[in-house]
Amino acid sequence: MTPREQFLAEAAKRILIIDGAFGTEIQQRKLTEADYAGSLGLSKDQKGNNDILAITRPDVPEAIHRAYFEAGADIAETNTFSANRISQADYGAEHLVREINVESARLARRVADEFATDGRPRFVAGAIGPTNKTLSLSPDVNDPGFREIGWDELVDVYREQAAALVEGGADFILIETVFDTLNAKAGIMAVREVERDLGREVPIMLSMTLTDLSGRNLSGHTVEAFWYAVRHARPLTIGLNCSFGATQLRPHVRALSAIADAAIMVYPNAGLPNELGQYDELPEETAALVKEWAAAGQVNVLGGCCGSTPAHIAAIARAAKSLPPRVIPQLDAVTRLAGLEPFVMAA
Amino acid sequence: MNAQSSARFVNVGERTNVTGSAAFKKLILAGDYAKAVEVARQQVENGAQVIDVNMDEGLLDAVHAMTTFLKLIAAEPDIARVPVMIDSSKWEVIEAGLKCVSGKPIVNSISMKEGEEPFLEQARKCMDYGAAVVVMAFDEKGQADTKDRKVEICERAYKLLTGIGFPPEDIIFDPNVFAVATGIEEHNNYGVDFIEAVREIRQRCPHVHFSGGLSNLSFSFRGNEPVRRAMHSIFLYHAIPAGLDMAIVNAGQLDVYDTIDPALREACEDVILNRDPGATERLITLAESFKGTDAKAEKEAEEWRGWDVTRRIEHALVKGIDAHIVEDTEEARAAIFAKGGRPIEVIEGPLMDGMNTVGDLFGSGKMFLPQVVKSARVMKKAVAHLIPFIEAEKTLLGTEAQSKGRIVMATVKGDVHDIGKNIVGVVLQCNGYEVIDLGVMVPWSKIIETAIAEKADMIGLSGLITPSLDEMVTVAEEMERAGLSIPLLIGGATTSRLHTALKIDPAYTGPVIHVLDASRAVGVASQLLSDTQRDGFVESTAADYQHMRDVRAGKEPTVLLSLEDARANAFRADFSDKPMPPEQPGLHMFDDWDLADLVGCFDWTPFFRAWELAGNFPAILDDEVVGESATALYNDAIAMLEKIVGEKWLTAKGVCGFWPCARDGDDVELYLTEEERHVRLPFLRQQIRKSRDRANYCLADFIDPDGDWIGGFAVGIHGIEPHLERFRAAHDDYSDILLKALADRFAEAFAERLHQHVRTTLWGYAPGEQLTNEALIREEYRGIRPAPGYPACPDHSLKPILFDLLDAPANAGLTLTESFAMLPTAAVSGFYFAHPQSEYFGVARIGRDQVEDYAARRGTDLATTERWLRPNLD
Repeated sequence: MTPREQFLAEAAKRILIIDGAFGTEIQQRKLTEADYAGSLGLSKDQKGNNDILAITRPDVPEAIHRAYFEAGADIAETNTFSANRISQADYGAEHLVREINVESARLARRVADEFATDGRPRFVAGAIGPTNKTLSLSPDVNDPGFREIGWDELVDVYREQAAALVEGGADFILIETVFDTLNAKAGIMAVREVERDLGREVPIMLSMTLTDLSGRNLSGHTVEAFWYAVRHARPLTIGLNCSFGATQLRPHVRALSAIADAAIMVYPNAGLPNELGQYDELPEETAALVKEWAAAGQVNVLGGCCGSTPAHIAAIARAAKSLPPRVIPQLDAVTRLAGLEPFVMAA
Repeated sequence: MNAQSSARFVNVGERTNVTGSAAFKKLILAGDYAKAVEVARQQVENGAQVIDVNMDEGLLDAVHAMTTFLKLIAAEPDIARVPVMIDSSKWEVIEAGLKCVSGKPIVNSISMKEGEEPFLEQARKCMDYGAAVVVMAFDEKGQADTKDRKVEICERAYKLLTGIGFPPEDIIFDPNVFAVATGIEEHNNYGVDFIEAVREIRQRCPHVHFSGGLSNLSFSFRGNEPVRRAMHSIFLYHAIPAGLDMAIVNAGQLDVYDTIDPALREACEDVILNRDPGATERLITLAESFKGTDAKAEKEAEEWRGWDVTRRIEHALVKGIDAHIVEDTEEARAAIFAKGGRPIEVIEGPLMDGMNTVGDLFGSGKMFLPQVVKSARVMKKAVAHLIPFIEAEKTLLGTEAQSKGRIVMATVKGDVHDIGKNIVGVVLQCNGYEVIDLGVMVPWSKIIETAIAEKADMIGLSGLITPSLDEMVTVAEEMERAGLSIPLLIGGATTSRLHTALKIDPAYTGPVIHVLDASRAVGVASQLLSDTQRDGFVESTAADYQHMRDVRAGKEPTVLLSLEDARANAFRADFSDKPMPPEQPGLHMFDDWDLADLVGCFDWTPFFRAWELAGNFPAILDDEVVGESATALYNDAIAMLEKIVGEKWLTAKGVCGFWPCARDGDDVELYLTEEERHVRLPFLRQQIRKSRDRANYCLADFIDPDGDWIGGFAVGIHGIEPHLERFRAAHDDYSDILLKALADRFAEAFAERLHQHVRTTLWGYAPGEQLTNEALIREEYRGIRPAPGYPACPDHSLKPILFDLLDAPANAGLTLTESFAMLPTAAVSGFYFAHPQSEYFGVARIGRDQVEDYAARRGTDLATTERWLRPNLD
């Protein structure tokens, strides 16, 4: 079976669980600059460069993966949200992009395979963040036509990362926290190019993040318009992550679930941050909220984003255990176009 | 029309095209992109559903111009909300554009001009970028001119594209519109070639769309705008039914088909349809006389025209006469202005006085809905005249007029029916409320956004089909979530007080009120907005609903039989009497059923009910109370019918078919012999406990397990949009509603007439049947035609199966929305059962056991099944 087939077979049996946040878990370990920097001899401070730990302190991400698998996760996300040339340049580590991604995928793969000996498959999703540059928006209010980055450059950035993740053993590429739909489209193009180089399919997972309560991302797309804009990727999963807490995502999960002929994956934050910027939603609270979606037959994969811990993932896994997964619907062959809003032509 | 709807015909804006608009070209060449962006904004505001962007101009760096412009409009949410059509003859320009457009755009165009390889390479790129594509009928040998060449090239392209996995629904063919009436004989058939090619390609290439650039067609008449406009309108009139569903056109520069001068219309039609060799000569001769003309209507002076202006306005409002209202309003405004008054005083004075008279007459039952709607038309025209004056004053003084209240109204997502909503809207407007009508298929987010942005005093939701009930609950939930507290009014044929009380009211803490019909709308709205009555009204309604919930909770639901027991009590038909096989099996298409024939089959009673006039036809015309109003409405309807039939406003298209089948439990299994496949139709069985001798019916009971026949049909009335458009532009709600109500009658009559044709001829089991129209209306014939979504077969979601069996989209031009409402709205579909003992019944409430059984048979999950069967569950 290909990774796509294996994933869909598992997703037809039960609601799958993707792991939770890495950032907060790493923070708790109170690592020092020496832990981050190791013996790489980079010119800039590395403290806060979580992704580089794959090279300098691989035991840290490995332990976190282990904790999430123990909590019941089926899918591990590689710790590579910022492991791209643009973000790593801030740490003077752009020349290490390939190595960080290969090593991150490798260690996640190792832990996943170790757990999979119980007969239940575990998957590794190679995570690609949005970078801090956007193809659709101008950073200069006085020059709306200006762009900080161009399509071809961003495709190259993504392609370098995606190829390394697959090389390290990732089953899928997860393009996550999509605040700019055009960035996601560039990500899709990059994975297509990797596929052509390898001569095989690399399934894509897509996850949008909302920036306002009416249900749009930063580039202004509604959830439906986003789906129509990326449906050509034939993604394994489509969904939402980060954004707000589960409470605020509810109507948008429902809307997406009704129109998407792909598995729905949602991994919200553990509520909204308090005045101190901390997430204090308890595991059982998050689990109860996401369970509503499961009970309504709206989701195939659940997990957590910012503020979630192995305890949250365990609670979500328990809550989802007895509930059947969403049945992926078949869509009619009608023309679905999109601007910021969806536009459907009659058949 | 809002962007969420399924569009049937797509207007692609053509003003942001340097080859089509000299003004736009000038702006781009001058580098004035700020003004160029405004051109795009105007297009979208004027209703363009997609905007075409073309920078192919020799003096321009097209890649730079294209990307600059696309990046700029991406920053304008008013513009970027619609999809973009990236238009260029150069692939490098297209690809540069694709790198700037988020969303899912259309590429215009690619072709096989350079051979198959580059064509497929570009198509693959379009797939990778996520774009639909316009494919020109162009190959290595050149552009296709004849029908055969167009068909050949498009079919070849279709096979190549679908061969690499290109989604067929993302293919839009442009089979080349060429100039006609050029004086060259070979060009005479170009119009026909295009139309016929579209018709043929649509048959051969499922799911594709068609586009065309119209300006080529009339190239010979450059400088003669009236003739060009007429030619474009007439071409669309004939090409759209053939399948053209997208055109790059300036919608504002099209004429309404039946308003074109008849002589010009005929001459254009002769040319476009190539009806005789002298056609071109005749049009050229005639065209001279249309240069710079404008039609002018004559007006008759009548007695009341001599009255003073206030009285004339009241008279016009009460009688619903709109012929002079603009001049009278202007006269009143000028008089008030001369005395130092303000334009708003015309509304607050004579107009509101007149409408108050109308309101009083309506409230006391002396005027009826059709008349009120006519009055509203007059009012709207008067107000439309005054608005510019009021706006001008507002900017001067910074003041704002006070309406009684502001109501956001919408037909909910998935539903397209709006006659009832429009009537309620008109009645509310007549009574001084400001209505913001969001149209049909409106998502909850838009409803709530508008209500908040416009500071609405209440929201009114409407829906006709059962899935709309769920959507209304969603809107209520989302209103709650958005923290709203304004009242929510619920109306429409499928809604009920009980459903409102049980399902919608609990979802929203603000007041939720079910409004039975339009005549109650004003009473409800005024109580909700009254300082003194509001609290009492809200509390008593809430208490009523609570009471209904309590009763419901305390009540033992009627005992249902188990599915097993209900099946044991199935109806046992006598199959020695089963119908013969059809005389003419297979599918039968009717492209254009004679409208006059259908008028003879009208069932008028529901028509009057739509206008809230109670009584049976024809007795209603002499009714003591509503007779006068009913007669006036009937006369207006007859007058419009004459135009509809005489000027062919509408087209009745239908399809029916018969298939061998057998009953299998509560399913009927159809055998499609030619396609070598089976289709299963699951039906539902009554589970209510019956008195001794009554069976628990299921439609499958009328079919013989040892082999039988079943039929299906779908009919629809097309062509209403341009006329509605015209009425809307004229602020004429009365004609708008009247035409929609008549179109519904045509659809019903067509279903009835087609069923008769089936009984006597196509199936032919009742060849000698002789029934009057009255007997037809009373259904005194053998066999039934139950429709999905109606009591005997309540699952709307069987419609896609039926549509597939009939290929209704291709054969009758009918499509379904996500909630299985049919488009066009005036449409009927159903199954034919011919057994003499078959009869209509209602499935009514069913048990959990049957829902689970049905879901399994239907092959859908339980939650989806429950959603479709909601009204039958509790």
